[in-house]
Amino acid sequence: MARIDLNHIRHAYGANPKSDKDYALKEVHHSWEDGGAYALLGPSGCGKTTLLNIISGLLHPSHGQLLFDGQDVTNLSTQERNIAQVFQFPVIYDTMTVYDNLAFPLRNRGVPEAEIDRKVRETLEMIDLASWAKKKARGLTADQKQKISLGRGLVRSDVNAILFDEPLTVIDPHMKWVLRSQLKQLHQRFGYTMVYVTHDQTEALTFAQKVVVMYDGEIVQIGTPEELFERPRHTFVGYFIGSPGMNVMPVTLVGGMAEIGGHQIQLPSPGMPAADGKIELGIRPEYVRLGRQGMPVKIAKVEDIGRHKIVRTRLQNHEIAVIVGEGQEIPAEPHIAFDPKGINIYADSWRVGGQ
Amino acid sequence: MDKTWNNKAWFMVLPVLLLVAFSAIIPLMTVVNYSVQDTFGNNQFFWAGTEWFEEVLHSERFHASLGRNLIFSAIILLIEVPLGIIIALNMPRKGWGVPVCLVLMALPLLIPWNVVGTIWQLLCRADIGLLGYSLTKAGISYNYAADPADAWFTVIIMDVWHWTSLVVLLCYAGLVSIPDAFYQAAKIDGASRWAVFRYIQLPKMNRVLLIAVLLRFMDSFMIYTEPFVVTGGGPGNSTTFLSIDLVKIAVGQFDLGPAAAMSIIYFLIILLLSWVFYTVMTNYDAER
Amino acid sequence: MSVQQDTLARTSERPEAEQRQIDKALARRMRRRGDESKFWWLIPTVYIIFLMLPIYWLINMSFKTNQEILGTFSLWPQNPTLQNYAVIFTDPSWYKGYINSIIYVVMNTVISVLVALPAAYAFSRYRFLGDKHLFFWLLTNRMAPPAVFALPFFQLYSAFGLIDTHIAVALAHCLFNVPLAVWILEGFMSGVPKEIDETAYIDGYSFPRFFVKIFVPLIASGIGVAAFFCFMFSWVELLIARTLTTTAAKPIAAIMTRTVSASGVDWGVLAAAGVLTLIPGAIVIYFVRNYIAKGFALGRV
Repeated sequence: MARIDLNHIRHAYGANPKSDKDYALKEVHHSWEDGGAYALLGPSGCGKTTLLNIISGLLHPSHGQLLFDGQDVTNLSTQERNIAQVFQFPVIYDTMTVYDNLAFPLRNRGVPEAEIDRKVRETLEMIDLASWAKKKARGLTADQKQKISLGRGLVRSDVNAILFDEPLTVIDPHMKWVLRSQLKQLHQRFGYTMVYVTHDQTEALTFAQKVVVMYDGEIVQIGTPEELFERPRHTFVGYFIGSPGMNVMPVTLVGGMAEIGGHQIQLPSPGMPAADGKIELGIRPEYVRLGRQGMPVKIAKVEDIGRHKIVRTRLQNHEIAVIVGEGQEIPAEPHIAFDPKGINIYADSWRVGGQ
Repeated sequence: MDKTWNNKAWFMVLPVLLLVAFSAIIPLMTVVNYSVQDTFGNNQFFWAGTEWFEEVLHSERFHASLGRNLIFSAIILLIEVPLGIIIALNMPRKGWGVPVCLVLMALPLLIPWNVVGTIWQLLCRADIGLLGYSLTKAGISYNYAADPADAWFTVIIMDVWHWTSLVVLLCYAGLVSIPDAFYQAAKIDGASRWAVFRYIQLPKMNRVLLIAVLLRFMDSFMIYTEPFVVTGGGPGNSTTFLSIDLVKIAVGQFDLGPAAAMSIIYFLIILLLSWVFYTVMTNYDAER
Repeated sequence: MSVQQDTLARTSERPEAEQRQIDKALARRMRRRGDESKFWWLIPTVYIIFLMLPIYWLINMSFKTNQEILGTFSLWPQNPTLQNYAVIFTDPSWYKGYINSIIYVVMNTVISVLVALPAAYAFSRYRFLGDKHLFFWLLTNRMAPPAVFALPFFQLYSAFGLIDTHIAVALAHCLFNVPLAVWILEGFMSGVPKEIDETAYIDGYSFPRFFVKIFVPLIASGIGVAAFFCFMFSWVELLIARTLTTTAAKPIAAIMTRTVSASGVDWGVLAAAGVLTLIPGAIVIYFVRNYIAKGFALGRV
């Protein structure tokens, strides 16, 4: 397993990138810890697959360096980098048995047969396919095939990292759960460095220790699921993560207070630095209180989704979603108040001040 | 796909049935009719039973043409199938090279068969042909009209020229349907070029290869026009394949009875072999 | 590869420094593993040269006079002449051969595709009594040696007074083209989800209207591929076409044998005629070049 350093990496598919727009991947400069489980999360076209392909060596970045454990691997081929990858659609060698599928990467590297046998059996146990060892891989279900492709990575104990490219796309919903938790267990038990690309926030948040949110070719935030939830660094993160996403509305800052449509809102930290540009206030629906005090709103719609209700309110011309408990009644003259600890302030979409 | 049971579908098949019946069943019945009768001319026919069949089956001439044809088909398959695979594996997958290769390679497939013969005749004649002239100049004795070995060489290389592209196109079609992820996975697994071929490309080409073998076998087993134009079945009878022999008997000697019996035996051999291929193929499909 | 196979791999216990050396050696071996060779283009190039050489020689000859062909050996025409082509284009018995060929090939293609469409639909959508046997029987006709059919065809079409007509050749070629068209079209049609048919019926389409307005456009590329192969096999076939025609519908390929006369073979005209038979095929391939791979991919030729 290895630490992965992304050293000022940029990538453009075109030959002569001029402006920032030509880059599919704008400057990425981060260090990912050895044994960490990272999820690359973002909408399609945000550059997450590009970044994954740069790590796996299928793409050579236009600029920058990639280091595994401090060693420059930018110019190494995929074969040399010693990584494993699980693809969106299960890739298996369907004329081979399950056993041979797992043994394949080891045999290619000239591992002695006795060692292969030991490792393959071990891995078959890990991925729960021991009883299928002698079966042809062709007849298996999609989730079993995906486990085999994972197994081909796990069997090589020395891989630097295991990469996942939306691996659960073709898996039945109920099996997704099973596979995801198995994956998490494997990670906890054996400490692989794992990079997991997905556009599904539930997948990302449940799987990863650190979620890397990408937007428009940039990493907008790397953080634990909790950080992403409480302190989104960028309005996109707030909007993309959570259901419904964060409420974002333009405000003006006056002293230690934010002002919206004549209403004053108390900010969490009074010492807010003066910020230029477009100032917005973001607050998650979970931190908006619906009651008889605060700012008067109109209720547009109430969606009951079982565990709680989502109330779509309108404050002047801003739509604000509020989450209220199942049993809580909705007052006839509704007002909303913001819980100060859930308030984030954004200047030109980036978070300012505070922790 | 599960299909609904509907016997009215027969009505949709009817036009095809009538057309093929007209162009296959009626002529075939004529053949059967001739094969069991004898004639002394004047449109007088006599029941001959299985006499013609016995004659054909015991005729050395038939054995010889059948043997030649089987050897020819075997050589053709042994050359064209591996060659076609190798070329298909090395075809470009994208860019301007793809249409260029496809168009140029498909060209021989669309040349009328006797023109194929003519082209090779023009190329191989010792007096005016590029190949024939060059070989003679280089001191190699080469005359496809006199030497059986040269005649065989010419007919085989002509068939390779004419039909290898079919194998290439079929294999290529099989190859381009393999998703990129398979190649990426193979790289990650450290597979050698041979392993990629053996475990990824070959299994995916399996089906098209079977069809390529089937088609090449059938067509080489029925070959007539190209060798007829170039060698006329000669020198001697050395390149007289089944079809050439059949036409000689039927049209040249007008021996309708033996020709008809031979036709039926010939057709039955092909039918049997295509049935074997068809069964293997459908079983293979069912297995998937 | 000869470097001690087993020691290269990372095995369980080994000193750190030694292991690092081994890792490096392994990485080096893996470096270009499984990559395409840099000279991949050599093979298709050599093959295409091999394919083009005889064709080049044909073209080369078509621009030479007979004296030059027989007299001097040259890799390209010393005194290029269009005389051979002039012979063909000024003599109706020559150029009519082209028209005849094109007429019966087009007739055959149209007939084959038209009758194959409903049959292919039936095979792809329904099960019916004897469907599998019928399908196999159809295919066996593709496998029938033309030599077997030449004589009976002659007698059959004589009986109907169809000898030396275009339609006779077109119908005779249906023997192998109709099964082929059914096979190709059935493959494309099976790729169209059945739900589309059902939706159309619910929307109140009658079967013929649905078939023409919705279904046919969906399998347009399949029809193109089927038409291409019908064209191809009808265009290249000569044995049957020659047997069934004498003068009025004689195909170009058969007329070419005329160049053999008492004074020997008119090589230049023969070559020019040959070159002209390449052109229709080349044009057709050019138009369907993007579908060829797809048609073959179905594996149904």
